[in-house]
Amino acid sequence: MREGNVRHYLVVAAIVLFLLLPLIGTLLYALATNWQTTILPESYSLSWFIKLFADPRFLPSLCRSCLVSGITILVNLAVMIPAIFIVHVYLPRWDRLLQAVITIPFAIPGVILAVGLISIYSKGPVAIAGTIWILIGAYFVVILPFMYWAIKNSLNAINAVVLMEAAETMGAPAWKAFLMVILPNILKGVTHAAMISFSILLGEFVIANILAGGSYETVQVFLYGRMKESGHLSSAIVVVYYLLIFIVSAVLILLGGYLNKRPET
Amino acid sequence: MPGGAARSLTPGVLRLLHGVGRLAAKLRRELGHSLKKRIWGLAPFILLVLAFELLPLLLVVVNGFRNSEGTGFSLAQYQIALTNPYYLQSIGNSLLISLLSSVFGLAVAMVGSYSLTRIAPRIRDFVLMYSGMTANFAGVPLAFAFIIMLGQNGYINIILRHLDLHWLEGFNIYTWKGLVLIYTYFQIPLGILVLYPAFAGIRREWMECASTLGASGAQFWIHIGVPVLSRSILGTFSLLFANAMGAYATAMALTAGNYNLLPIRIGDLISGYMFLNPYLASALSVLLGAVLVCAVVANDLLARQQRGVSHERG
Repeated sequence: MREGNVRHYLVVAAIVLFLLLPLIGTLLYALATNWQTTILPESYSLSWFIKLFADPRFLPSLCRSCLVSGITILVNLAVMIPAIFIVHVYLPRWDRLLQAVITIPFAIPGVILAVGLISIYSKGPVAIAGTIWILIGAYFVVILPFMYWAIKNSLNAINAVVLMEAAETMGAPAWKAFLMVILPNILKGVTHAAMISFSILLGEFVIANILAGGSYETVQVFLYGRMKESGHLSSAIVVVYYLLIFIVSAVLILLGGYLNKRPET
Repeated sequence: MPGGAARSLTPGVLRLLHGVGRLAAKLRRELGHSLKKRIWGLAPFILLVLAFELLPLLLVVVNGFRNSEGTGFSLAQYQIALTNPYYLQSIGNSLLISLLSSVFGLAVAMVGSYSLTRIAPRIRDFVLMYSGMTANFAGVPLAFAFIIMLGQNGYINIILRHLDLHWLEGFNIYTWKGLVLIYTYFQIPLGILVLYPAFAGIRREWMECASTLGASGAQFWIHIGVPVLSRSILGTFSLLFANAMGAYATAMALTAGNYNLLPIRIGDLISGYMFLNPYLASALSVLLGAVLVCAVVANDLLARQQRGVSHERG
């Protein structure tokens, strides 16, 4: 190891430490019974978690977040896979337009989207503000860029155009080739995008707070409300939902690995 | 039967028929499928994108040009947005905090990305994965974590007090300094994720060549490293800047909306308790969008100027 390397390790260690501090603090705070004047908490317990799960508003809000994220991701997959597939294989000239439409949510902050959505859906024929439906619609748009690139890259990776030509040459109808050949092969790439989307949506606050607020309280809005009351309880909320993201990610990674292996067996 | 003439005509006619047949098949494939079957595959996507992305954004632009009753065509909202000191202050604050946090975040990300290229690959991959994870640690939980750390009874304050150090005496997390610190926190992992691949493209041989020719480390970076990376650096800067300009949750959670930022003002005008004016919110949204577009365009122009010295990356 060269002497210059020590400096680089120190730089990386300092950055990692800075990024780690708030996470450690949150975890310790959730586990500390009391932490007012001492350097480290006086004692540890799970009492804040027990209190949290006894809160009648916590689990429903967490379930709402999971429900709205889950439905959004499934709807997004069901809509986007065929759409991107059709454009990719049959209408490649339209791909640029599709890309432009998909990139907009990436560039536009959530608060601007919320301004537009609330002026359409707060009154009039489709007054769905304050319900799960407006969140599903808005979140569908929020995760578009991640889903698009995952699906698009998967289609490129498996050479979908050639696969479809081969399948059709052998007499398979297009829908059958899509279901039997294309779909199973892109699911792995898609599970990764679903994982990213889930963690983004579980952490989404702007749209949830403005469009649904208290009438369809997600875990972020619940956390925002609890923040002023108890630091320990809020820390416990954060720890629980990051644990949930971690578990869901692990399950999806395992599922992705399983989907990847299946064709070989 | 005039067989000879028929025989000489046959290939041409056949070729013609064949051509017509192919064209018809092509037309049928293009139009028949794409307009009938394929449109059904695209319809849900088109419908959802229209309903939840394009129409709402169009409405934001249109509503910005309404008067406060929501009728007619008027520049009243823009007049308020650009003359009222309160809204001007929110724009100024947003620009300041975004600029500072992007500069700090970019600086740390640049140093960090370079150091990452010089350490063991296993540790590097772990740090990159870890960066990806912390990039998601933003918004309400992040603001809250910083309050635990640096609020009145934050544990860093307690530790410093125990050590009888007064470094943070004048520092208050709930002010603009706190916001810059927290914004910088979420800019760093994002910056590293975007910049690292560019730094990984800097060859060790280039540095060795430069040092063989007598250049110091600083000279290498000024004359070779930074110019080669300028496009990536500018691109990352505009990404970080846009990221900070649009951030709402962190500031909302830290200051309960008391610090005057543009996204907070927009949110308050459509969902606050005081007074609602979606038309003014729309005009402010367009201004925010305009700043973001300017950041991207400026970055693009600068990048084009630099193209002569920067290398092409796939």
